[in-house]
Amino acid sequence: MIKLVFFARLREQLGLSEHRVALSDKLTVLALVEHLIASDVDSNAGSGHSKWQLLLADEVVVAKNQQVVGRDVFIEDGDELAFFPPVTGG
Amino acid sequence: MDAKQPSKTGPLINVLIQISSFDVAAETQLLENALTGQRSNIGALATFTGSVRGSETGLSGSEDATSYGELLALNIEHYPAMTQSTIEAIALAASQRWSFLGCRVIHRVGRLAVGEPIVLVLVASSHRKEAFAVCEYILDYLKTAAPFWKKAIFEHGEQWVDAKVTDTEALDKWSPPSL
Repeated sequence: MIKLVFFARLREQLGLSEHRVALSDKLTVLALVEHLIASDVDSNAGSGHSKWQLLLADEVVVAKNQQVVGRDVFIEDGDELAFFPPVTGG
Repeated sequence: MDAKQPSKTGPLINVLIQISSFDVAAETQLLENALTGQRSNIGALATFTGSVRGSETGLSGSEDATSYGELLALNIEHYPAMTQSTIEAIALAASQRWSFLGCRVIHRVGRLAVGEPIVLVLVASSHRKEAFAVCEYILDYLKTAAPFWKKAIFEHGEQWVDAKVTDTEALDKWSPPSL
């Protein structure tokens, strides 16, 4: 199981703070997001637009197990993947 | 309380994420006390406190923000599993560039009213040059790498604060990057 977590504006836009996905193959972050989009029941029923497309936005930062990574990085069972907008602390 | 001692000769690194406010004098005392044995080596102590401004410039669609009325507060969200370790890594990277005795970083989360303190960076070193540099370095990287997000709370609305290009540009002075 992969745990996906979302923060700030992205969390609000998705209407979710976390989501779990069962993974049978080793996938890249990008492939996982494409898998989510392709298997989105809501999008198949409607306009073909999936909320998961938000995760593909250039500005969205991805962290795997709390380390910022690129979308070409492979993920494995048990990983935690975080998606969030550029940070604004300090 | 978390205290990381990267190596026997490395600096003391203390990072706290908390809802409650902080007292600068008390926190300074805690850092000095934690540096027992090295206290007589402290020749410089740099302190930075960041507070909630009465206006927020980084708002998306800010043409609408005026209709929201006055800014009341910021609501600060973070990624608990990642925040502290990111700031510790920044302080550790600073210790590769400069020699300093210890630092104590506090970042608040939750709803903070205008005027309230948000962030504290305390750096103790033997000489002032290192204390100033490490303090600024930690803050510059914290602003661009630590997973915090601010939402501006107005009288009649709310708006996420956008990241500022100037914060990313501020890192240029530290290039080549060590993080």
